[in-house]
Amino acid sequence: MNDGVNGVALAVFVFFFVLVTVMGFLAARWRKAANEHSLDEWGLGGRSFGTWVTWFLLGGDLYTAYTFVAVPAAIYAAGAAGFFAVPYTILVYPLIFTFLPRLWSVSHKHGYVTTSDFVRGRFGSKGLSLAVALTGILATMPYIALQLVGIQAVLDVMGVGGGESTHWFVKDLPLLIAFGVLAAYTYSSGLRAPALIAFVKDTLIYLVIAVAIIYIPIKLGGFDDIFAKASEAYNETNPATGAPRGALVPGEAGQWTYATLALGSALALFMYPHSITATLSSRSREVIRRNTTILPLYSLMLGLLALLGFMAIAAGVKVQNGQLAIPQLFEDMFPAWFAGVAFAAIGIGALVPAAIMSIAAANLFTRNIYKDFLKPDATPAQETKVSKIVSLLVKVGALAFVLTMDKTVAINFQLLGGIWILQTFPALVGGLFTRWFHRWALLAGWAVGMVYGTVAAYGVASPTQKHFGGSAKEIPGIGEIGYIGLTAFVINVLVTVVLTFVLKAVKAPEGVDQTKPEDYTADAGDPGVQVELPPATAGSAH
Amino acid sequence: MSQAPETGREPVVTPVRVVIALCLVAPFVAMLWVGSYAKTDPVVIGIPFFYWYQMLWVVLSTALTMVAYKLWQRDQRARRASKGGAGR
Repeated sequence: MNDGVNGVALAVFVFFFVLVTVMGFLAARWRKAANEHSLDEWGLGGRSFGTWVTWFLLGGDLYTAYTFVAVPAAIYAAGAAGFFAVPYTILVYPLIFTFLPRLWSVSHKHGYVTTSDFVRGRFGSKGLSLAVALTGILATMPYIALQLVGIQAVLDVMGVGGGESTHWFVKDLPLLIAFGVLAAYTYSSGLRAPALIAFVKDTLIYLVIAVAIIYIPIKLGGFDDIFAKASEAYNETNPATGAPRGALVPGEAGQWTYATLALGSALALFMYPHSITATLSSRSREVIRRNTTILPLYSLMLGLLALLGFMAIAAGVKVQNGQLAIPQLFEDMFPAWFAGVAFAAIGIGALVPAAIMSIAAANLFTRNIYKDFLKPDATPAQETKVSKIVSLLVKVGALAFVLTMDKTVAINFQLLGGIWILQTFPALVGGLFTRWFHRWALLAGWAVGMVYGTVAAYGVASPTQKHFGGSAKEIPGIGEIGYIGLTAFVINVLVTVVLTFVLKAVKAPEGVDQTKPEDYTADAGDPGVQVELPPATAGSAH
Repeated sequence: MSQAPETGREPVVTPVRVVIALCLVAPFVAMLWVGSYAKTDPVVIGIPFFYWYQMLWVVLSTALTMVAYKLWQRDQRARRASKGGAGR
């Protein structure tokens, strides 16, 4: 793959990259409000985004470059099991339809910027809010790192990654440049930059998928041939495990894993800080519900994209690192200039979520660690400044992670991150519907879930790895193989419920609830709903 | 599914809300029951059943969520009208 630089593809790639860079810096002027020194402006784009901007932003945010590389890579490696991403994204939307509008309403009523803000307000517990904030930051960091892995895969295939023998600085220079640019415009433009760039990213991605799904099967002789060849390849025995490489359809034993992975991932997705940041930046409650009806377009695209994994097999793509399968397929199949477009789509697809994730992690740190514990009297201007700096630190951290450690470390942590973030579900979604749970019980349930999930994931071995070899393990008491995150979540809920009964019986202090039942259904235009800025920020609406 | 009661007098569970709940629950039943679609046949334009069936459900669940959204909007409008415009 490093057999020289693909000049045309590289030129197209660089062109799009420069284009989005200019857009990223200009974004600061887009829909600009009078008061730019508030966290709402920088970190939530002034909470002003309508249905379409929110759609692009959420789409750009949830369907990341890593997704584009990893989902078909999983199919390429093992077949049907990798397709769980499709039912997973199907289940997300009916789920968020029920609870996200409530989160939007209560957040706008009380000026909450993060999920931890809400948890603190609802349960009157800084400890629980800190737990949610730390989980969010921990789960987001490896996710950002994986975006870089996505860019690296593209650069590698284009031949600018350099071989193993290249000096490390030259080898990583393209990645460093990409990252410097990303950091600079996120710093200056905040959430507006990824929102604007998301338009370019999605246009490119849809274009590439549409072409790929028609053009490649024609070149390969139709889907019949593709699936026949894939089936053959899956039946071959893997020398490392002594079992077939994969299957076209999950067998009896794999079905529990498939279903629990889909459900667990669906529950976890909107616990991630970056999903919530994109949600809260929308203008009204209706924008969110309407979005649950149009976001599935992306799932359709994801399904088509997954099929590329089979095409990579049929096309005879042979790569050691599965991550490179799809970029390599593009390089082999497309004319050079269009391969460049496809690589640009993946590269930009990494920039958008990386920017939003770093903003989300920075908001969490600023609101729930800096303001709650370090400097309670911070002004909105100070909050914004801290957030901007932290967003830089988070990205540098992710970069250091990718450059110094093995890629599998980032992937392991991302796997753990999914398990961890799911453990904040009872406090957040439970809290949106009921105040029945006791705050200490929620904290205890979270802790048990975190520990169980981490230990269980550590104990999973695979042919190539001794630990963190996968995300599925035998479910205690049922005996089927299921997603560890979901098992941990069930244990978490059980602990929370039992302890709530106990704590209520001994009359442990409940904490003060800032919110009122009607706050959860308030919409823009209702009295007391801050459409633009939280009460603490004196600023003018536009 | 379990929206909290918004008014004191009106019933929380109404036929319309049951339909909304069914629209939102249906994708969960269909997708988590993996055994119902873990097979190759029938193949459509070369794509095994397992794959096109799940892609079909992307479209179905979108339609169902849209129905739920429209019904919910009507439900809320009716409630507001009956209460003289207060609260949502």
